Amino acid sequence: MVRITTVDAVTVIATESLSKRFPRVTALDRLSVDIGPGVTGLVGANGAGKSTLIKILLGLSPASEGRAEVLGLDVATKGAAIRERVGYMPEHDCLPPDVSATEFVVHMARMSGLPPTAARERTADTLRHVGLYEERYRPIGGYSTGMKQRVKLAQALVHDPQLVFLDEPTNGLDPVGRDEMLGLIRRIHTDFGISVLVTSHLLGELERTCDHVVVVDGGKLLRSSSTTDFTQTTTTLAIEVTDSDAHPDGTRAVREALLARGLETHGEAGGLPGAGHILLLTATGEETYDRVRDVVADLGLGLVRMEQRRHHISEVFTGTDEQRKEAVGHGG
Amino acid sequence: MAVEHPPAMPAGDQTRIHDIGYRGYDGPRLGRSYARRSLYSQSLRGAYGLGRSVKSKVLPMLLFAVMCIPAAIMVAVAVATKAHELPVPYTRYAIIMQAVISLYVASQAPQAVSRDLRFKTVPLYFSRPIETADYVRAKFAALASALFVLTAAPLLVMYVGALLSKMGFAHQTEEFAQGLVSVALLSLLFAGIGLVIAAVTPRRGFGIAAVIAVMTISYGAVSTLQAIAYTQDSNSAVPWIGLFSPITLIDGVQSAFLGGSSAFPGGIGPSGGEGALYVVAALGLIAACYGLLIRRYQKVGL
Repeated sequence: MVRITTVDAVTVIATESLSKRFPRVTALDRLSVDIGPGVTGLVGANGAGKSTLIKILLGLSPASEGRAEVLGLDVATKGAAIRERVGYMPEHDCLPPDVSATEFVVHMARMSGLPPTAARERTADTLRHVGLYEERYRPIGGYSTGMKQRVKLAQALVHDPQLVFLDEPTNGLDPVGRDEMLGLIRRIHTDFGISVLVTSHLLGELERTCDHVVVVDGGKLLRSSSTTDFTQTTTTLAIEVTDSDAHPDGTRAVREALLARGLETHGEAGGLPGAGHILLLTATGEETYDRVRDVVADLGLGLVRMEQRRHHISEVFTGTDEQRKEAVGHGG
Repeated sequence: MAVEHPPAMPAGDQTRIHDIGYRGYDGPRLGRSYARRSLYSQSLRGAYGLGRSVKSKVLPMLLFAVMCIPAAIMVAVAVATKAHELPVPYTRYAIIMQAVISLYVASQAPQAVSRDLRFKTVPLYFSRPIETADYVRAKFAALASALFVLTAAPLLVMYVGALLSKMGFAHQTEEFAQGLVSVALLSLLFAGIGLVIAAVTPRRGFGIAAVIAVMTISYGAVSTLQAIAYTQDSNSAVPWIGLFSPITLIDGVQSAFLGGSSAFPGGIGPSGGEGALYVVAALGLIAACYGLLIRRYQKVGL
């Protein structure tokens, strides 16, 4: 198979005013988005249109209007060719309990068109890559949720697709399992060279995993940008200083000194322990760091911490409508 | 997979095995028709419990044996008594053994389709190159083939036995061929009915019960009505009533066209015209089952 290398094919998924209307509900409303290689998060509340979008992209459900391309293939006419090159991991449970992971994944590999020998080899490889070893010979019915998620992931990867759709892969996992799954998703791109479209309604986990995040709400595109854009458009600095004999309340002294130099600070939001001792200010450039350093040094205080606070993607949702519009405008 | 381990790798060290880099797949992708064939062979093997647990081999194998043993006994008797004709004609055998066939359909149709529906495996198939029609055709063909194996094997035993006891080659071959056509039609019909029922009852237990109910109740009702019609001297009604159960439908087709004697009360088989109606009804029913399955799976989708 030819990997996509040409310049005009660097877009893995492209949609153009894609709409899907059901008799009573509009699942997608003129969604236009270009997604490049890498790990892309598709974020939205339940019912935002994520699953509908995946269905259309797999060529299984015709769009009401607009068009979409996956790996340069039109979803309306090249569905079978797309499904040969793409993997899909559904959100719900989809594994028969009475067969072993090996048997099941071999069968699914053959359903993807792999010859019998290749299907067995790829199954062994893939199960190992997702972290299933001896247990792969046991019936799936006895697996933990985390192991089942790995089998679901393995069947999506077994035919070495160029792109995988992962629908809520961290659902039902405990925090450790969640972290492992997110690490695995990261590796799908970095180690396996497979692009990923992963959906979630939890924004925080996508922030850590994805290169790019697309936010949909009510079938509309709310925002599409890289995760660095999302979280670093404005950098917030957090500063904590020691107290000294000359300045029994070091925090206050620094705040006043910074204000005198034209830098306004504010306390940390939330009532966390020690919150009163942390000053937050907006960094506008390199000189902000220098000025803070100079102020603290002039006062003769110790600088305990000066760190960047990343914004969380969730601010896209928690913000007021006005901020939201701003965010959309920014995301373009 | 020992080939891919670098020689320095200590065997059994799983954390090290994990570090082997990812290898892509550049080999052939055989596409839709290969996937359909694979699904067919997997389902056909599954219908006899092959590639499944030991437990799931018991019932299909037992029913297979139950189907063949009477045929073997008949052959043995015919050979020993130097009979010139088999005690039961080829076309009649499946009619006599219909309870066993129904039981087989009831146990294997849900196995073939309900599992995928119940455990929601269907979306995994349809996210691959195969389409609804491929899935339905593979499953339909697999169950029909499994039924054909079940119903044709005893006929083969009888045919071989008949030839061994030198019962007229041409005559036996003709009847054997007619028997095969009859059980082929029966296999398609029973597979279709069984699959449709199983595809709308994802719970396996219900599926089994529903298939048995449809097969036995329809046959019971039809043969009772036929018997009543016969005793009331309305003989012309007998073939018409026979249209309404799968096994009597097969009976009618073969007594009209395949040289079979009817098992209807008084041996009143359908006439030529009525027989044509039987054929149309049987083929129409098979087509309807196929259509219903396609519709059902278009809805299940993803």
